[in-house]
Amino acid sequence: MTDVSRLHVPAVPARPGERPDFSYVGLSPAGAVDRPPLDVPVAQTVALAESLVRVLDDDGRALGPWAPQLSADRLRDGLRLMLTTRLLDERMQRMQRQGRISFYVRSFGEEAVSVAAAMALDPQDMLFPSYRNQGLHVVRGMPLVDMMCQMLSNTRDMCRGRQLPVLYHSARLRLFSISGNLATQYPQAVGWAMASAIRGESPIAAAWLGEGSTAEADFHHALLFAKVYRAPVVLNVVNNQWAISTFQGFAGGEQRSFAARGPAVGIAGLRVDGNDFLAVYAATAWAAERARCGFGATLIEHVTYRAGAHSTSDDPSRYRPRDEYEHWPLGDPVDRLQRHLVALGEWDEARHATLLQQIEAKITADWKEALRHGALSEGPKLDPALMFDDVFETLPEHLRQQRDELAAELATRRDERAAAAAASDAAAAAAAPPTAAAPVGQDGS
Amino acid sequence: MGPDVARMNMVQALNSAMDVMLARDPSVVLMGQDIGYFGGVFRVTDGLQKKYGAHRVIDTPIAEGGIVGAAIGMGVNGLRPVAEIQFADYIYPAYDQVVSELARLRYRSASDFHAPVTIRTPCGGGIRGGQTHSQSPEAVFAHISGVKVVMPSNPYDAKGLLIAAIEDDDPVIFFEPKRVYNGPFDGDPAQPAVSWAGHPLGEVPDGYYSLPIGQAAVARPGSAATIVTYGTMVHVCIAAAEALGVDAEVIDVRSILPLDLETLAASVSRTGRCLVVHEATRYAGFGAELSASIQEACFWHLEAPIMRVAGWDTPYPHAFEWEYFPGKARVMRALRKLLEER
Repeated sequence: MTDVSRLHVPAVPARPGERPDFSYVGLSPAGAVDRPPLDVPVAQTVALAESLVRVLDDDGRALGPWAPQLSADRLRDGLRLMLTTRLLDERMQRMQRQGRISFYVRSFGEEAVSVAAAMALDPQDMLFPSYRNQGLHVVRGMPLVDMMCQMLSNTRDMCRGRQLPVLYHSARLRLFSISGNLATQYPQAVGWAMASAIRGESPIAAAWLGEGSTAEADFHHALLFAKVYRAPVVLNVVNNQWAISTFQGFAGGEQRSFAARGPAVGIAGLRVDGNDFLAVYAATAWAAERARCGFGATLIEHVTYRAGAHSTSDDPSRYRPRDEYEHWPLGDPVDRLQRHLVALGEWDEARHATLLQQIEAKITADWKEALRHGALSEGPKLDPALMFDDVFETLPEHLRQQRDELAAELATRRDERAAAAAASDAAAAAAAPPTAAAPVGQDGS
Repeated sequence: MGPDVARMNMVQALNSAMDVMLARDPSVVLMGQDIGYFGGVFRVTDGLQKKYGAHRVIDTPIAEGGIVGAAIGMGVNGLRPVAEIQFADYIYPAYDQVVSELARLRYRSASDFHAPVTIRTPCGGGIRGGQTHSQSPEAVFAHISGVKVVMPSNPYDAKGLLIAAIEDDDPVIFFEPKRVYNGPFDGDPAQPAVSWAGHPLGEVPDGYYSLPIGQAAVARPGSAATIVTYGTMVHVCIAAAEALGVDAEVIDVRSILPLDLETLAASVSRTGRCLVVHEATRYAGFGAELSASIQEACFWHLEAPIMRVAGWDTPYPHAFEWEYFPGKARVMRALRKLLEER
C-alpha cells in the first residue's frame, strides 16, 4: 500500500540489505573548530553546536585549539580503561549467552564517551549515568568484581538482588543509582547541581542519556531548569544513531543537531566527535570548568555509533545493515587513541598485546571471585526476606506480615519439593534391579 | 477447527486484531516506539507497516506523554489511534495525559469532544525483567474515572477484546500480560513452556469478531469456592485448584472497568467462598475493589471472609522474581485456608 498522506515520516538512510549511508552526519576536519573562552555568550555557541569538535585526525595526530595537553601516562590510562570496558563487555555478553546472567548491555563502539568524560571530571563531581555508561564506573574505580556481583544478583550484589544487571550505583564513588527508566535522571542531575550552588560547594553534576531519550519531557525539564538557575551541570547526549530500532531522525535529529537544543533553550551547546578520546576529554573539561566558574550548563552531543545490539534481548540485523558499523565515518575510539599513542612513539603492538592479556586475566580472575558469591541459578543465594528491606527506612507492619507469609510459603515449597523427591527416590528404588554399586572412577576421575 | 479459524498465540491474535481493523477502517492508525519497521519488541505489530504504510503504522519518538497526547489529538480529529506503550512500566510519563485529559475530555466538554484512543501495553512479570519490565499498574488506571481497563488472558479474548476496544468511542487501556503471550503459563518456571497450540482458546477466527467489554468469563467451573482473577493469574489459579484437587470456580474478570459484578456475585453467592488473586501489589490494588464490591453484593452468602493473594508490596525484585510472583504455592495456601474457614 502506498503512503498518500502529507505526513512527513523521517527517512532512515539504510535498512537491512541496503547500502549504509552516513552522508547525513555533518563532519568538520580535526582541529578546525574554534575553542571559545569560558564566558562565551550562549548565542555564540550555536555554531559550535552545529559543527563537530574533533582533535584526532586519521593519522593519529592531535590538532587544533581543543587538543588537551595530556601526558603519555594519562593517554595510556585512557586506552587501558577503554579496553577494560570493552573486554568486560565482551566477557559479560558471553556470560549472558551461557545463562550465567539474565541480561547485558554493551557500550561497544562508544567507550570514549564515558571513559574520557570521567577522566576529565573531578572525582568529587556527581555522575548520573545511563545504562550504557559503564566506562564511568570503570574510571571511577568501581571494582570489576562488584560490577560482576551486581550482574549476578548474588550475595555481594550492591543492589541486593533488586535491579537488572548493569544498573549499578555507588554513593562513595559518586555514581548515582541507574534507574532503567529513560531520561528520568536528567532533571535530578540539574537539581543536584542546584543544591551544590545553594550550598556553595564546588562539585558539579554530569548526566548522560541517549539521543532517543531526548524525546522524553524530562530532557526538556532538565534543560529549562539548568538555564533558569544557571546550574553547574554538564548534560551529555550520546547520539549513537539508534534507539533499539528507532533511527535518530525520529528523535528530532533530522537536519538539526541535538547539541543545538542547548542554545535554543539558553545553555551552551557543543557537538563533539564521540569516538575521539581527546575531543570528548577536552569538551568535558571545558564544560566542567565553565560550570565551576558559574557560567552555567553545557549540553554536549557526542556523535558516536552503537556498534553492538541495544541489549542481549535485541537483534539489530532486523532493522539496520549488518555492515553499517564498517562504514561509520568516525571510526573506532580504541583504535584511534591507540594510533595516536603509536604516532607519539609511546605505544607499540607488543605493549598492546601485553595489556590485552593483563586485562583478560584480571577479568577472568574477577569473574571467578564473583562466582564464589553465587549466581542466579547456582551457589550461595541472597535471603529472599531481603526483598522487603529498603522499601522504607524501617519495615512497616504490613511488610513485616508479608515477610512472614513468604517465609511460610517458602517452607511449604521446600517441604513439597522434599516430599516429591522422596517419592521419586522410593519409586526409583522399587523399580531398580538389585545391582552392585558402580565402580569408582568410571567417569574418568 | 473450521476453515476460517487458525491456531494463534496471543501475539498473533493481537496482530490479527489490528490487521483486521486497519483493513476495515481507514481511520485506524497505530503508533508507538519500534512498532513500525521493526514490528515491536514483542513482534505484536510485525508486518503491519509493510502492509499499511508508515503513515498508518507510525514509529514515534521515545516520549510516552507525547504518544498519548498526540493520540488524543488524532482521536479528536477523526482518527482511531491505537498507541503502544512498550512496557507498562514506562507508561507513567503519559499518566497526566491519561488522567487529566483522555479520561475527562468527554465529561468536561459534555460530549462535544471525545477521543476514541486505545492504549496497548504489555504488563506483568515472569520474564526476569526486574522492577522496570514487570509491573502491573491496572489499579492506577481503574482508579480514575473515564477510561475503560481491559486485561485478556488468552488469544481468543485478546483479539475479540482488542477489536472491541478499537471500536469503542471511549478510551480503553488494554493491558497485555506478556508472560502468557506465547502460552498459558501456570506459574512454575521450572516446567517446560506450554504453547497455546493445544489450548481451545488458542483457536482464533481469522476475520472480524468482537467480544463485549464488561463481561467476565468462567475459566473453570466449580462449586466449592470462587477464585476471581485476571491475566496470567487465571492460568496459575486453574493450576492451583487442580493441584489441590479442589472444585473451585475460576472467573476471569477480563474487564477491570466496567466490571461484570453480576457474574462474580452469582458465583460467590453459590459457592460462599471467594479468593481474589492478582499479580500486582496488594495494598490498594484492584483486589481491594473486587473484595469490597463482592462483599457488598454477597455478604449474606459468605461462609468465610474474602481473601486476597497478590504480589508483595515492594518493587518487583530481579533476583527474587519467583518469590515475589504469586505462584501456585501462594494460591494453594490461601485456597486451603479459605476452605478451612468455618
